[in-house]
Amino acid sequence: MGDRETVTGDEAKGPPETDPRIAGEKHPVARMIAIGVFASLVGIGISLLIDWFPADASSAAVDIDTLYDILLICSVPVFVLVMTIAIYSVVRFRAKPGDMGDGAPIHGNARLEVFWVSVPFLMVTALAIYGWIVLDDIEAKAQDQMVVQVTGQQFTWTFGYPGERVRSEELVLPVDQPVEFRIRTKDVLHSFWVPEFRLKSDAVPGLTTKIRLSPTEVGSYQVVCAELCGLGHAAMRQLVRVVQPEAFDAWLARERRRAGGGSGGAGAGGQSGDTGGGDTGGGGGGAEGEQIFASSGCGGCHTLAAAGTNGDVGPKLDQISKPDEAYIKQSIENPSASVVKGFNDGIMPSDYADQLSPEEIDALVKYLLESQQ
Amino acid sequence: MTFTQRLFAPGWYRAALGTALGFGFGTAIVVLVRAAYGWDPIVNWDSIVTVGALIAAPLGYLVGIGCFDYWFRWASGAPTIPEDHSGHGAYSWKDYFRVNTDHKVIGIQYIVTTMFFFIAGGLMAMLMRAELAQPGTQFVDANTFNGLFSVHASLMIFLFIIPVFAGIANYVLPLMIGAPDMAFPRLNALSFWMLPIGGVMMLCSYFAEGGAFATGWTAYAPLSTETPMGQQFFTLGVQFAGASSIATALNFLVTIITMRAPGMTFWRMPLLVWANFTTSLLVVIATPFIAGSQFMVLLDRTLGTQFFSAADGGDVLMYQHVFWFYSHPAVYIMMLPGFGIISEVISTHARKPIFGYRMMAFSLVAIVILGFTVWAHHMFVSGMQTWLRVPMMITTMLIAVPTGIKIFSWLATLWRGVIHLRTPLLFALGFITMFTLGGISGIMLAVVPFDIYVSDTYFIVAHIHYVLFGGSVFTIFAGLYHWFPKMTGRMYDETLGRIHFWLSFIFFNLTFGPMHFVGIDGMPRRVADYAEQFATWNAIISISAFIFGLSFLIFLYNMIASWRHGPAAPGNPWRANSIEWQVSSPPPVFNFDQVPTVVGGPYEYGVPGAVHAVMGETKPAAVPAPAGGGGAPPPNE
Repeated sequence: MGDRETVTGDEAKGPPETDPRIAGEKHPVARMIAIGVFASLVGIGISLLIDWFPADASSAAVDIDTLYDILLICSVPVFVLVMTIAIYSVVRFRAKPGDMGDGAPIHGNARLEVFWVSVPFLMVTALAIYGWIVLDDIEAKAQDQMVVQVTGQQFTWTFGYPGERVRSEELVLPVDQPVEFRIRTKDVLHSFWVPEFRLKSDAVPGLTTKIRLSPTEVGSYQVVCAELCGLGHAAMRQLVRVVQPEAFDAWLARERRRAGGGSGGAGAGGQSGDTGGGDTGGGGGGAEGEQIFASSGCGGCHTLAAAGTNGDVGPKLDQISKPDEAYIKQSIENPSASVVKGFNDGIMPSDYADQLSPEEIDALVKYLLESQQ
Repeated sequence: MTFTQRLFAPGWYRAALGTALGFGFGTAIVVLVRAAYGWDPIVNWDSIVTVGALIAAPLGYLVGIGCFDYWFRWASGAPTIPEDHSGHGAYSWKDYFRVNTDHKVIGIQYIVTTMFFFIAGGLMAMLMRAELAQPGTQFVDANTFNGLFSVHASLMIFLFIIPVFAGIANYVLPLMIGAPDMAFPRLNALSFWMLPIGGVMMLCSYFAEGGAFATGWTAYAPLSTETPMGQQFFTLGVQFAGASSIATALNFLVTIITMRAPGMTFWRMPLLVWANFTTSLLVVIATPFIAGSQFMVLLDRTLGTQFFSAADGGDVLMYQHVFWFYSHPAVYIMMLPGFGIISEVISTHARKPIFGYRMMAFSLVAIVILGFTVWAHHMFVSGMQTWLRVPMMITTMLIAVPTGIKIFSWLATLWRGVIHLRTPLLFALGFITMFTLGGISGIMLAVVPFDIYVSDTYFIVAHIHYVLFGGSVFTIFAGLYHWFPKMTGRMYDETLGRIHFWLSFIFFNLTFGPMHFVGIDGMPRRVADYAEQFATWNAIISISAFIFGLSFLIFLYNMIASWRHGPAAPGNPWRANSIEWQVSSPPPVFNFDQVPTVVGGPYEYGVPGAVHAVMGETKPAAVPAPAGGGGAPPPNE
């Protein structure tokens, strides 16, 4: 190493025993190892005792929670190692007042350097292989998968059950039934996430992304939008219910009836997830309007007592400022034409005129007028 | 000078005139084009703001303040005024407010300017924590909140961490390699004067119609192509900050390659120089990618191109790939200069040679190379090709190896040193602690299944702050305290420095530590409102954050008061070996009265008779005075 080797050598370094500051200690390194092992065990114990995760309610949860425990067990000793050396050095080798001396002129140690290159290398390689195995496990395709179409839009989720002609604002799943979620979006990026299920995937314009899992615990959870999607992002939550298979079948049957006696077919099958409520057929004025209000996700942003929604991103629709047909229709088709004071332009999607047929918009307007308080 | 003369000489009057002319020019173009196409209305304010206020006016201001005077003279064949050195040195505070080509003046301009934006971004963080102290909405609505975290992150990244490192290196690096200045002093000045434009734009976005840009510093399309006008302030602000960054990096590269003093081989360069060399490589290669990503957003917004419109054949994921191809290396752009600072501080204050000097330099290079192969680890849940996740996981985890080399080498440098626990070293030790934690959570995040769960949660917020505050900002504090005597010629107050360290160390951890818990418990990031179950931790986090914020005032007071009234600093208060300490504090206008000759490594503490550099051909360097000798003892030790 050039010129610096001319001024260094083993005689200049001297073994640690000759350093008067640690001369009294027979085995400073052994002592640090003992302290480090003890501190690591305590640290690992504490970190494993902490209840980190929410309830585990899917097939992926146990694998991911175990993976995290393994990561903790590997991490704590690394942190303890760094801290032990740092604190020990500061305590033992701190300069006395007025000490103008220099430290031991040690320039390196090839064996030590090889050691701390190879051990971290082996550690991360092992962790990467383990991570890959877990990834394959949780994404394995199961038999008899039920498909659920998940559609995100500002600021609501809708769930379609292909083949069942049902679209819903709440996600209902039978327990222990493998599900494949096919996730799409009508506008910007969203991210479909149920913390208790652990898995998450963005909804990307132009793509269909997938998640596979089996819910394992009956209960109520929330879908949380995890990707910033605009003003109502924080409020973009929806109910998830995991129920017994019989209860699920009963719910499906009820939803089918509500969707218009099975004649119209909301959420038309598997070829696309981006139908609004566009194919809703049958039914009369008010009921049809109610169905469109629900399936188009209006309640994600707007409060309407008649529909039981309480969004606060957009204006309340219980008492519309100008309750006449033309104004409401204009506000649905071209939200920028007149923006209620206190709300911003550009938040409400401006493509409802494309998503819904003129008849559907008329039904929706009629329903809103009927629902005024 | 008469008013007319002032108006035509470089300076603030001409800058105001140039800004106005630029705005008028941009407005005229918009009106003419719209009139030619027959578009209604002819006066469209969105377009005028974009073209007039955000593009033409800043260029007019740069011309007005005098960044281009020399080049214009040269290009037009007029007599240039090359060697009168009128642009060098600062003799009163006013000299910091004009175009100055002295790297030391520019360094201080950088540091003070970026501190201003640090305070602005910090105040936004305080507002966010006030809002988040309780569930529900108390102080700001959702739109303002989204604006707050977006502007906060953008200022901290583009206007504080990246440029403050450029400022510190601007001051210190030419001195360290024995150069009289940077290679391109006028380009250096231009780099600095472009920077505040970006920051002022980001701050001004609050006054735009529809509020500040609210899409995060990541500005993911298509949200960013659809949101109100404020987004344009980000899109164009980044261009000015980015151009500034690229020009500075080029300048550092050329300076380091061509302007080292005689005898300063690459293997005798201090590690701070190595760190800025590698950082500059990253900046030059990667920064054009973020410029590209934001230009595409700008074109989608203003010209109706369809880069990110899926319905028209655009590709939404392309944005994220291009963006992260810069923004992951940007993490290292924000970290490597800090590594350099820590190497200087630990070696100097522990009085020991850097352990494994060559491995320290090689590990920087390894991080640069690996840093370009990991960008998609930000996209594990983005819906990209699923096979790409595993290779990106492996490369990401491999970065732990060179990073580990650095941590272990610093520890080995402390071992058997003579440790002077002054403020810079305290911050360096705090850095090692928290950067290790941030690195560990980084390894966790690299493991795909765990990342799928915690991405976009507060765990990410915790990780990024452990890396960028506990990591980068602590190295910045370490560096500012370390070189404060050199830059100002005054000593800072050691007691206040220690109080600042302990307050910020404790309350940093109380602020960002619990975010790991709430993140894993399921709290998403970037929300103004959250579920009741997270309320207790968030209240604790907010209170800690306020104290953490207040601790910065101690630093600010210490810096300002010590600069004005602190005791005079000797040339080499830390008895350091590197060249910047062998000249007076502050150094002479042209750095060296005699060109130094480098004769050995930079960290030969404890090696009998070893010298790093001698001034001139024969005169030996100001070797540290022995105990009881004539040199001033370091304060408080």
